[in-house]
Amino acid sequence: MKILVPVKRVIDYNVKPRVKADGTGVDLANVKMSMNPFDEIAVEEALRIKEAGKAEEVVAVSVGPAKAQETLRTALAMGADRAILVQTDDEVEPLAVAKILKAIVEAETPGLVILGKQAIDDDSNQTGQMLAALLGRPQGTFANTVEVDGDSVIVKREIDGGLETVKLTMPAIVTTDLRLNEPRYASLPNIMKAKSKPLDTKTPADYGVDTAPRLKTLKVAEPPVRQAGVKVADVDELVAKIKALGIA
Amino acid sequence: MKTLVLVEHDNASVKDATLSTVTAAAKLGEVHLLVAGSGCAAVADEAAKIAGVGKVHLADDAAYEHQLAENVAPLVASLMESHDAFLAPATTTGKNIAPRVAAQLDVMQISDIIGIEGDKTFTRPIYAGNAIATVESSDTKLVITVRGTAFDKAAAEGGSGTVEAVSGPGDAGTSSFVGSEIAKSERPELTSAKVIVSGGRALKDADTFKEYIFPLADKLGAGVGASRAAVDAGYVPNDFQVGQTGKIVAPEVYIAIGISGAIQHLAGMKDSKTIIAINKDEDAPIFQVADIGLVADLFKAVPELTEKL
Ligand SMILES: Cc1cc2nc3c(=O)[nH]c(=O)nc-3n(C[C@H](O)[C@H](O)[C@H](O)COP(=O)(O)OP(=O)(O)OC[C@H]3O[C@@H](n4cnc5c(N)ncnc54)[C@H](O)[C@@H]3O)c2cc1C
Ligand SMILES: Nc1ncnc2c1ncn2[C@@H]1O[C@H](COP(=O)(O)O)[C@@H](O)[C@H]1O
Repeated sequence: MKILVPVKRVIDYNVKPRVKADGTGVDLANVKMSMNPFDEIAVEEALRIKEAGKAEEVVAVSVGPAKAQETLRTALAMGADRAILVQTDDEVEPLAVAKILKAIVEAETPGLVILGKQAIDDDSNQTGQMLAALLGRPQGTFANTVEVDGDSVIVKREIDGGLETVKLTMPAIVTTDLRLNEPRYASLPNIMKAKSKPLDTKTPADYGVDTAPRLKTLKVAEPPVRQAGVKVADVDELVAKIKALGIA
Repeated sequence: MKTLVLVEHDNASVKDATLSTVTAAAKLGEVHLLVAGSGCAAVADEAAKIAGVGKVHLADDAAYEHQLAENVAPLVASLMESHDAFLAPATTTGKNIAPRVAAQLDVMQISDIIGIEGDKTFTRPIYAGNAIATVESSDTKLVITVRGTAFDKAAAEGGSGTVEAVSGPGDAGTSSFVGSEIAKSERPELTSAKVIVSGGRALKDADTFKEYIFPLADKLGAGVGASRAAVDAGYVPNDFQVGQTGKIVAPEVYIAIGISGAIQHLAGMKDSKTIIAINKDEDAPIFQVADIGLVADLFKAVPELTEKL
């Protein structure tokens, strides 16, 4: 079995995003970029399934600018076997990403596609579900544990009330939640080795996908800022404040 | 515009998240509901009473019992032939189903809206709420998830909708429900609690969390939340997590205890009316958003506070 892992290059989660003065977006010039944290979890899970002898190959794919190569090299350094960059300088929405991934799935026929549940830049939380719909395959979103069992995969999901377990017939789509695993760091020798692993470059046109956006961004603005309030000296003063709020 | 709202329920009653989604839908046009479940006729009757609701589509079938996205999405897609917009609450159920519907209809979903500026124009937070985007859809049908804290709840009573049975393609045969672990709690649900007490990494372990946070919450009749660090370390279950990638809350009062205030945490609670923070580090970022701050060791301050309230 082959596992496909889509990874997105996003602003590093430690950086506080700044809105551009002209209101057209978020300033990404000279900002540290990294692999979307949920995608690191996805790569890690794919590697663990391979290491358990249940998969033979892990293929990482990214849709984005030439620089997304770095993100793919990170996946390769973690242990992925090869990578595909679908290169474009346009911003590609989840629907179009899902269409590109669908074409790749049809060519590569993986048993599992493991994505992040959410990209921390657009906060869309859509791509995996859309890919599953386009392929007519089942989905295990917000995965807390993933267990491959013959031609099924059992996914425990993090839901609003707790946890839910579903059984999916493979091929299936999984999206990762935070508790699925703790991703490994790439070792220096593996970073060196990753440089010679195969990385194919394609374009959206190669897959016949039109990436024209369906949503037009009219404006990007700062959210209202909260002002810091007062500090109280001790618990008694806090008790008085809480009582004044009328909740106790 | 004719809208179709996904009713969030457990086959027994309507969940609160539905009500704010109805408010958002009513801003767009006529409101129809979909109750997909099994043995859920009572849910449809309850839903028909929500103020402003027209038709309630009831799909009562074993295939919809656990609202598996593989089965529900094709049902919604077929109903969308006679509706212009599909709205679901931005809960784990809504987030699981709506994008599948969007892809089936070949439209780009608008996730987690917080405002409606026009028939096709919406505002939504991006980058953990550090920016608010105004987006206009060019699709002919709309698929939307709605952030519950951004819209008032529609009145649960006063409507006079009519219930109409519908059927869909049924079981797609690719997935099945195995089981669930849903903790029952006497405390208010996070997303509808008026007061929330949240604990962070500083609470050390599950027992300490229980010992310090729960009595204070009980005193205030509050819901209990947590930071990701507290959940990852196993102090409390995953459904306690507040934040960018957990639950979004906006109670009257949010009390953050031993939580530093990382942007991912703030994304989930900074719309609370009053924020109170207890942290021993006076430079903790949480104090930049707190209305009332106490710099103190929580292990001393929290028991004293609980006792004096
Ligand atoms: C992809 C991604 C998604 C994330 N999503 C979320 C999310 O949804 N929600 C979320 O919360 N986080 C999320 N995070 C994690 C976030 O970045 C922070 O790591 C996390 O919020 C920190 O939790 P904390 O404040 O409890 O712990 P810490 O940052 O370790 O803070 C502990 C605080 O406790 C204080 N303290 C220690 N001892 C005491 C004491 N005795 N008395 C009083 N104060 C004390 C310290 O001064 C400190 O400020 C996410 C991260 C990533 C990468
Ligand atoms: N441009 C992209 N390239 C590769 N994977 C992507 C891309 N956009 C989204 N994904 C995948 O889809 C997941 C969810 O993204 P989103 O739907 O944008 O929140 C991410 O965690 C990635 O696994």
